[in-house]
Amino acid sequence: MFVLVLMEDCLAKKMEITVSEAEKRTGRNAMNMQETYTAYLIETRAVESQNEGQCSPVDSLWRRYSEFELLRNYLLVTFPHIVVPPLPEKRADFVWHKLSADNMDPDFVERRRIGLENFLLRVASHPVLCQDKIFYSFLTQEGGWKEMVNETGFQLKADSRLKALNATFRVKNPDKRFTELKHYSDELQSVISHLLRVRARVADRLYGVYKVHGNYGRVFSEWSAIEKEMGDGLQSAGHHMDVYAASIDDILEEEEHYADQLKEYLFYAEALRAVCRKHELMQYDLEMAAQDLTSKKQQCEELATGTVRTFSLKGMTSKLFGQETPEQREAKIKVLEEQIQEGEEQLKSKNLEGRDFVKSAWADIERFKEQKNHDLKEALISYAVMQISMCKKGIQVWTNAKECFSKM
Amino acid sequence: MSCLQDTSLAEANSFSPSMPISPSSMINQYKFEDEPELKDLFVTVDDPESHITAIETFITYRVVTKTSRGEFDSCEYEVRRRYQDFLWLKSKLEEAHPTLIIPPLPEKFVMKGMVERFSDEFIETRRKALHKFLNRIADHPTLTFNEDFKIFLTAQAWELSSHKKQGPGLLSRMGQTVRAVASSVRGGVKNRPEMFAEMNEYMETFSHKINILDKIAHRIYKEEREYFNEMKEYGPIHTLWSASEEDIADSLKGVASCIDKCCKATEKRMAGLSENLLPIIHEYVLYSEILMFSEEIGKLEDKVECANNALKADWDRWKQNMQYDMRSAFTNVADNNLRYYEECLATWESFLASQTVDHHGEEDSEDRP
Repeated sequence: MFVLVLMEDCLAKKMEITVSEAEKRTGRNAMNMQETYTAYLIETRAVESQNEGQCSPVDSLWRRYSEFELLRNYLLVTFPHIVVPPLPEKRADFVWHKLSADNMDPDFVERRRIGLENFLLRVASHPVLCQDKIFYSFLTQEGGWKEMVNETGFQLKADSRLKALNATFRVKNPDKRFTELKHYSDELQSVISHLLRVRARVADRLYGVYKVHGNYGRVFSEWSAIEKEMGDGLQSAGHHMDVYAASIDDILEEEEHYADQLKEYLFYAEALRAVCRKHELMQYDLEMAAQDLTSKKQQCEELATGTVRTFSLKGMTSKLFGQETPEQREAKIKVLEEQIQEGEEQLKSKNLEGRDFVKSAWADIERFKEQKNHDLKEALISYAVMQISMCKKGIQVWTNAKECFSKM
Repeated sequence: MSCLQDTSLAEANSFSPSMPISPSSMINQYKFEDEPELKDLFVTVDDPESHITAIETFITYRVVTKTSRGEFDSCEYEVRRRYQDFLWLKSKLEEAHPTLIIPPLPEKFVMKGMVERFSDEFIETRRKALHKFLNRIADHPTLTFNEDFKIFLTAQAWELSSHKKQGPGLLSRMGQTVRAVASSVRGGVKNRPEMFAEMNEYMETFSHKINILDKIAHRIYKEEREYFNEMKEYGPIHTLWSASEEDIADSLKGVASCIDKCCKATEKRMAGLSENLLPIIHEYVLYSEILMFSEEIGKLEDKVECANNALKADWDRWKQNMQYDMRSAFTNVADNNLRYYEECLATWESFLASQTVDHHGEEDSEDRP
């Protein structure tokens, strides 16, 4: 699909990775019910240095889509600051009428195979992600991989709050860059899905225009039977109309790959948004912790000086039902002081964590931006190339048809 | 009559800027018959106008005639005619020349069409067909000298009214036709000369095929229009997208512009179809309806011999016309499609060139045209 720009020490340079086959399987699921699914064959081979000239052996293993999902979820949690490459769509979306929306449809499976291969190549060429051991095992270790992933305990690290997509965290001092980025990712998502929808409709209509011309063939042929001079011209023109009508199938199949390229970035927009959300959540937690610390310090001060500046129910009840003893107060102050110290340390580390996150996230975002600009420009160019090819085919067919018509 | 000095006649290709017919299509109509320079009668139908009276609403069309013929008192005429008048002319011609193939008129009503009776589309389609009708007559070696035709082209409204009142009416003529058809059906085909049988056999198949072609052509038009409608929305999305991008904004705008240009090109292609192929095919659909009733002619026993020859000549002429018309109509369709694809190709190639120049770095920027 894309020409990937490979970093020097990334996995993709050392290892050839392909998703070479797809196979329908039946098995039993977790509830012991029979299910049908597709398994994909991942083949890997070490890239030999040019001098050796020998082909190293190919390793292979089968994985199904759900395992890819598990891998990606692991990466999302383990590398929250990275824009993690997306998987191809789970179900066929933005289809125009001829394409099937069925997951078992061979064309869909084929496009998914390509998408999964692309996903693996993306991860393998990412400077950070490619070094992950779980990823490496995914490619090379058939048995026990699932257990290995679960043992990392990544599910525990996953913040359930992130799952609530629409939840907003009131961040008092949002980072302007991340806010802008989130806005951009929303726009990207919106515009690409709109584009894909209209493209599907345009494809539908184009299909109709071409196919309707196929009706000429038969009627020209039947008409030519009663004509003397016009017969040959009609007959041969009809043949060219058939060619014209048939040509649309290949044209639209190629265009589907272009749509897939755009879809990848539609899903990438989600990944981008996820990084922004994680940052937002971090910022929120930081602010909450700071707030909590401030209020504890205040409480402590009040207890120490005996002045009540802030209203609290406890304060009121103690006023009504009698003050605490000095010992009780001392104990309280001590507890608070411990908490304050803990809080300060936590705040420090949270701040540090936040700064690290921002630094590494921003580095990856810059990398992503460059990749996106490069890839999308290539995609647009390839679209132009497709259109040019379609026009040339059209010119050829109609030139031939014109010659036949002129002989009528 | 030295109207040949008249510049408007010498400029056989163009009458006035308001004429909606292209010069080349005028020549195409005449080309087969005679060289344009030998033509001495030019007729156009244009300028539809609505008339509202207490009883009815109807449309009149302007009929302009330019001629150098001696029989005409003047060399230029301008009259207004309504559909009824055309119907009258057709029936008079059928009456006077029962052995000749009289060109068809556009339908009286649009039965199940999506087009309203007085919509612009309907009026324009009808105008084109009426123009064709008169020109077919003008081109016909016999019909062009018919007296009623001359009156139709030249008489003022009141003159035509009074002239119409003379002679066997339309109704009696209709009665004759119905009786003739009925008797020919009852009497069988035993007395019919071979030629009529051959003609009818041909027309049966031709009629069937031309009707299918009519449907196909309309369907293609419809599909092209739907495609055009979707394309209109497609380009602007890319422009919208470019607003949130920096690096790829130019590429996106470039694609948007290409799509818009292709959209316009497809509109032209559609228009070409509606201007050329659709009216021609439809005219032949109407012809095939008329020509299927030619059986009655065999019943004119005292005129059978000359009927044979006159009809044979006209039949041959019709077939040649048909061949020419079909050839030129379909060639025109091919030309339209070629033009469409060539325009689109140029657009995308120029976009591609602009992208690959950017690709190869700033050094090339000076070489950019």
